[in-house]
Amino acid sequence: MGRVGFFTDTSICIGCKACEVACKEWNAVPEDGLAFTGMSYDNTVSLGADTWRHVAFVEQRRPLGHQEPGVGDMDFRWLMASDVCKHCTEAACLDVCPTGSLFRTEFGTVVVQQDVCNGCGYCVPACPFGVIGKRESSGVAAKCTMCYDRLGDGQEPACAKTCPTDSIQFGDLDELRERAERRLGQVREAGTASARLYGHDPGDGVGGMGAFFLLLDEPEVYGLPPGPVVTTRDLPSMWRHAGVAAFALLAGVTAMALPIWRRRG
Amino acid sequence: MTSQTDVRLDGAAELRTEREATPGSAGDRRERPEAGPEKVYDSYYGRPVLNEPTWQEHDIAGYLFLGGLAGASSTLAAVAELTGRPRLARVGRVAALCALGGSFYSLIHDLGRPERFINMLRVFKVTSPMSVGTWILTAYGPQAVCAGAADLSGRLPRLGRAATVGAGLAGPAVATYTAALICDTAVPAWHEGFREMPFLFAGSAAAAAGGLGMLAAPLSEAGPARRVAMLGAAVECVAATRMERRLGPLAEPLKRSRLLRAGEALSLAGALAGVTVGRRSRIAAVAAGAALLAGSACTRFGIFRAGMESANDPKYTVQWQRRRLS
Repeated sequence: MGRVGFFTDTSICIGCKACEVACKEWNAVPEDGLAFTGMSYDNTVSLGADTWRHVAFVEQRRPLGHQEPGVGDMDFRWLMASDVCKHCTEAACLDVCPTGSLFRTEFGTVVVQQDVCNGCGYCVPACPFGVIGKRESSGVAAKCTMCYDRLGDGQEPACAKTCPTDSIQFGDLDELRERAERRLGQVREAGTASARLYGHDPGDGVGGMGAFFLLLDEPEVYGLPPGPVVTTRDLPSMWRHAGVAAFALLAGVTAMALPIWRRRG
Repeated sequence: MTSQTDVRLDGAAELRTEREATPGSAGDRRERPEAGPEKVYDSYYGRPVLNEPTWQEHDIAGYLFLGGLAGASSTLAAVAELTGRPRLARVGRVAALCALGGSFYSLIHDLGRPERFINMLRVFKVTSPMSVGTWILTAYGPQAVCAGAADLSGRLPRLGRAATVGAGLAGPAVATYTAALICDTAVPAWHEGFREMPFLFAGSAAAAAGGLGMLAAPLSEAGPARRVAMLGAAVECVAATRMERRLGPLAEPLKRSRLLRAGEALSLAGALAGVTVGRRSRIAAVAAGAALLAGSACTRFGIFRAGMESANDPKYTVQWQRRRLS
């Protein structure tokens, strides 16, 4: 089985949240509070232990391609995007997990084993996208599994299956990347020059994302980091610095007890 | 993929016309004057990009302090033992024993599933400082316990001596791996400070252990403790200053932190008092030692809070990455 992934084409997302609902239902993800946020039509807020798909709504006073809003000179566009775990090629959550609970599946996805996780929470600040969280009720980490159980059965993930416009497309990652390039050309040609791909490049800071996006504005507008880098890329240097500091501590303490100090007491 | 789903891997996009919809292509927009500079969006409704660490401050910042105190105290105890300062050695061993107990309580208390602490021992992963740290503690803990227990009970002096030396050798690793642990995250102020953090932690640990030695050991034997405290406080302050300079705008949460300023002031004051009046007056030595311990605790809590602050403000994530990209 080759590596599979999501291509989320936000240019055709209609913000219906069917993906959020399908994900909650299929994975029995607990309810995590429903508060009025005033953030356009978004009361889901962000990804976390109990939110594995999150539809962002952004209202902007900018034109969308050649579109006429029909309200005088006012410009208006609505950006909607369904965010999800990126299933990074270089996954920080997986790297830092001290129990081996997080693992890479045969589909190239990253999954938490609920019965192995001990709730240390290290994966939470390690994720550069703010995806994974610690579930209050169980005390262990939880995030999108790309419907690992469905994949094993030859089914596509619940969110992609339910997406009424095919904004969420599931499939072979290489094929999705090609499709995304074609689609980007099409959207730009149609007049939306601000369109760009996010996470499709295997040369990026996380080695390419297993779930990547076609966005219509800068990533940070959607709450995505503009240039995420897997934290373990600097780890060899961190270990070297920590090692030198440990030896310095040993040497320093030893030196401070040497007889040369005796004279001065 | 053999399935009954409608996943299409054949690229036949015409199967679903919605995929080909081109928003913004309809309508014939008139040419209009540029509407001034575009607003710069830093984030999604000001929400953080990162998820806040779930670590409880009193547990994890407390552990950063206690782990450092335990590790450096063991090293001080070993050195005191080998240079014929039995009472300073005893202080170090008992301090390490108590701090280690507190450390284990904090670490296990912070787990979402404390009964699964043992799961940490399933694997050894060099990519996970927490896994490496678990094994460092596994090597260090029994020796520190053995050294402390042998001292308190007065039994098995040879084993106690060997354990004292062993714990003393492992101690520095206990004191500094925690720097790699917090730096190996996406938290901007922690991650970007990874070059100085281990030295800051080593210095802070040495200052705390030296302070405790001064506080509890007799003046005649506390010489190494006073000097270790002085050296530690100096290293801590230099590392903190360098880190704040190097981080530029990312250092804001560190510079704003009153805890960090208090930590530096207490450490330096305690260390200076220790090597001056603390050499002659027992009361001054106790006060200086207490200041050093408080200073080290303030520093660890200050670092912890500054990291939390940098994770919770999207500008530290977004602007830093933008600067790197440009």
